[in-house]
Amino acid sequence: MATRGGNRAHAVTAMNDNSQPSLRARASWAQRLIILIPYLWLAAFFLVPFLIVLKISLSQTAVAQPPYTPVFDPSAGWAALKGFLAELSLVNYLSLAGDALYLSAYVKSLQVAAGSTLILLIIGYALAYGMARAPRRLQPLLVTLVVLPFWTSFLIRVYAWINILQREGLLNQALLALRLVDELPVWLATDTAVYIGIVYSYLPFMVLPIYAALEQLDETLLEAAADLGCPPWKAFWLVTLPLSLPGVLAGALLCFIPIVGEFVIPDLLGGSDMVMIGQTLWTEFFTNRDWPIASAVAVVMLIILVAPIVTYQHFEARQLEAGR
Amino acid sequence: MSNDKARRSVLGGVKRDFAPWADPTARPLIRFEQITKRFGETAAVDRATLDIYEREFFALLGPSGCGKTTLLRLLAGFERPSEGRVLLAGDDLGLVPPYQRPVNMMFQAYALFPHLTVEGNVAFGLKQDGLARGEIKARVAEMLGLVKLQGLEQRKPHQLSGGQRQRVALARALVKRPKVLLLDEPLAALDRKLRESTRFELMHLQDRLGLTFVIVTHDREEAMTLAHRIAVMDHGRIVQVATPAEIYEQPRSRFIAEFIGDVNLIEGGLAAIEPGLAAIESAAGRLTAADPGEAKLGSQVWLAVRPEKVRISLERPDGAAGAANCVAGQVTDIGYLGDVSIYHVRLRAGPMMTATAANLTRMVERPIGWHDQVWLSWPREAGIVLTR
Amino acid sequence: MRFSWLNVTAVALGLAFLYLPIAILVIYSFNASQLVTVWGGWSLRWYAELLADGAMLEATATSLAIAVLSATAATVLGTLAAIALTRFGRFRGRVLFSGMTYAPLVMPEVITGLALLLLFVALDWDRGYWTVTIAHTTLTMCFVTVVVQSRLVTFDMSLEEAAMDLGCPPLRTFLTITLPLIAPAVAAGWMLAFTLSLDDLVIASFTTGPGATTLPIRIYSQVRLGVKPEINAICTILIAVVALGVVAASLLTKRQQMKQEGVVALGAVR
Repeated sequence: MATRGGNRAHAVTAMNDNSQPSLRARASWAQRLIILIPYLWLAAFFLVPFLIVLKISLSQTAVAQPPYTPVFDPSAGWAALKGFLAELSLVNYLSLAGDALYLSAYVKSLQVAAGSTLILLIIGYALAYGMARAPRRLQPLLVTLVVLPFWTSFLIRVYAWINILQREGLLNQALLALRLVDELPVWLATDTAVYIGIVYSYLPFMVLPIYAALEQLDETLLEAAADLGCPPWKAFWLVTLPLSLPGVLAGALLCFIPIVGEFVIPDLLGGSDMVMIGQTLWTEFFTNRDWPIASAVAVVMLIILVAPIVTYQHFEARQLEAGR
Repeated sequence: MSNDKARRSVLGGVKRDFAPWADPTARPLIRFEQITKRFGETAAVDRATLDIYEREFFALLGPSGCGKTTLLRLLAGFERPSEGRVLLAGDDLGLVPPYQRPVNMMFQAYALFPHLTVEGNVAFGLKQDGLARGEIKARVAEMLGLVKLQGLEQRKPHQLSGGQRQRVALARALVKRPKVLLLDEPLAALDRKLRESTRFELMHLQDRLGLTFVIVTHDREEAMTLAHRIAVMDHGRIVQVATPAEIYEQPRSRFIAEFIGDVNLIEGGLAAIEPGLAAIESAAGRLTAADPGEAKLGSQVWLAVRPEKVRISLERPDGAAGAANCVAGQVTDIGYLGDVSIYHVRLRAGPMMTATAANLTRMVERPIGWHDQVWLSWPREAGIVLTR
Repeated sequence: MRFSWLNVTAVALGLAFLYLPIAILVIYSFNASQLVTVWGGWSLRWYAELLADGAMLEATATSLAIAVLSATAATVLGTLAAIALTRFGRFRGRVLFSGMTYAPLVMPEVITGLALLLLFVALDWDRGYWTVTIAHTTLTMCFVTVVVQSRLVTFDMSLEEAAMDLGCPPLRTFLTITLPLIAPAVAAGWMLAFTLSLDDLVIASFTTGPGATTLPIRIYSQVRLGVKPEINAICTILIAVVALGVVAASLLTKRQQMKQEGVVALGAVR
């Protein structure tokens, strides 16, 4: 079973050197092809689009098709290119900076992301820890059970919460039946609902990296700690927790970064006072048809997230290559 | 140079005069009372009873799966006995958890904390005791000096060699000055040369610190070199507890005889018992030993003779007392080890025997070669009669 | 490590939290009544209505087709990328390559969706079926890379060396030795890509065009108007299909794993 961050790479053959210089010399044309094909695809459909986003964030709206100006025309010659560059401006960024609405959306997104990541850490660590301590034979089953909801549609699962959280929904019915409330509280269209939805959807992303790190923990280390005088809770704090930090970091980044740009959950479960930056982008693009502003929103979001993204890549890439 | 000195001082000093087990008034430091540990249906340790005395270097020896590691872990507190008791200085350890026992363990794979430095690892146990920072630092420095790791305090385990990691594990266990140090196959991961030098360092350390060491090993050489006494275990049971010399020369069974060293086992029937003589009728003829042991007249016995006590020669030896047993055969194989040669001889009567002879001369061409007809002889006292 | 009651509680609560909403969804898809407050008895009414809903069925077909295509393309590209990253040491442009490979793992989907759409507009391509497929391929190939790479890193190179020692050229070695052994990881990658494509709402919304409505887009537009029992039915069907697929996959990999472990054990004995 494999998911975003929960890949369990066993640390068996850390000795193996999987890169062979002799192989490189002999089959170089085949190698170049193997590198080139995915490289070109990614460059074309991943890198170039981002450059385009950058470019459009520097353009203005126009009532035309496409709805922005200037339009880059590669065949128009050098002079046209100069004119094109002259028309680019930072006007969109200035309006972003000046408008409190955008700023509050960014802040709200970061708030929600941080808050839900924290909740996810607590619940996720408890669940992962329980899984790691379960009998060995049960563990693959537990992993499958945790991953299975992930395989079902994300949209479905968020929608399932609407079922539960709506005014006549099951949560309220249960609360009424247990006589915990007198009148039906409102859950939907609140911040709480958004948090519940986010924690619910992202839980596997937090659990699996932490579980992978805990599962690799050498049990004799805990025996050694006990032998040297540590009661179990202290051994957890001094040995287990520090050694599981790589998994915790991976899980936290894997959740925080996408949550910042989350759109579906706040849109379906949140209220009018809940506006996250993903929703802003969507609205600007689809409703207001203001592509340049939407692009500017995206670029700023990227800039905010650059540090965590680079951290994650550096971290995960190194981990995978080290065979852990 | 210093190894030789250590060897001499240990052989001449503590080991020779040290025998608290022979003293009826001495009280054991560790006592296992009818300890049984079951995992499911199988008993990993079966009614083991054992006394270990203070300042002893004690070895638990046996093949894989014999229960020696389980016995060690019962003492450390990582396993609870199904039946029986473990007593330390007279107190029943009972359900005392491992972090409250005055016993420390050096783990087989060292179990060094990868996220702590060498200093952090060694200081770990002291921190749990709540000692002052200054004292912790001093004791850590002292211990690292003792195991010759000064200067490496800030390194992490993955930056150390195998031998260095082993010393850190040792230092970490010793720094708390436990009553008993347990060592689980401590030399298994080292190469041969390092193993030999580390052995002597361990003995020296134990003698100097005056602690009780209990070591688990499957290597008979290790047990014989290091230990004052050895307990041989087989399938969860303790089959013999004695000094290395006693186990080697007076094994109680074929299993022990074969486990502790190479041995010739000749099957036969005990034909006659006279004072100072036991006669055995075997396929190799009528053989004699000095003592029938526990054997009854007419019962099936095995005559155990160590190869180094068997003399090999091209001519038939004369009837002197040193050649009370004399059989003929043909050399089928020779193992040349430089210092000794091992001769595999098929006796005329059928069974195989092994004789070991030291290569006393510097001749490259040896006098006895493949397919030579030879005579094997040994005195009456060289063999021991075994009943099981 | 002993499995205490605290741990059992934590795991049980966690799993209950994960499965409760799904369970409720499934149960209510059989609810004869339209309202959540009223239990009208067991009925297949919504499934019948689902089968009659042409738009929904069309959206399902579109989603499935796109998912199969993009998953297959993503698996090919992702496996190639994994090989490049694992076997080829330091090649020119590796840092950029590695960065582009891992970035979509964490990138918010609104950003990737927007970027891709702007590309298609700039190229003046008609948006629809193929643009969604290309978009999904780009997004999911990175997940395939991660899965296959983690398998390749632990792959026992001595097997390839043995094959080459016996006269097998590198390409054939890869096809006859390596590929069959990493096949479970490749298959897992395909399944992951398939699921991600089937499930994707945001990127599909950005890159789709008239006539290429995917299932999530359709469900989403319905859901915005309120809870509809028909949605429960399609969700239940999807869950059942996925559950069967996951169970089948894990049984397959377990048997493969046991076979492989048996082979390794035999080798170790020798």
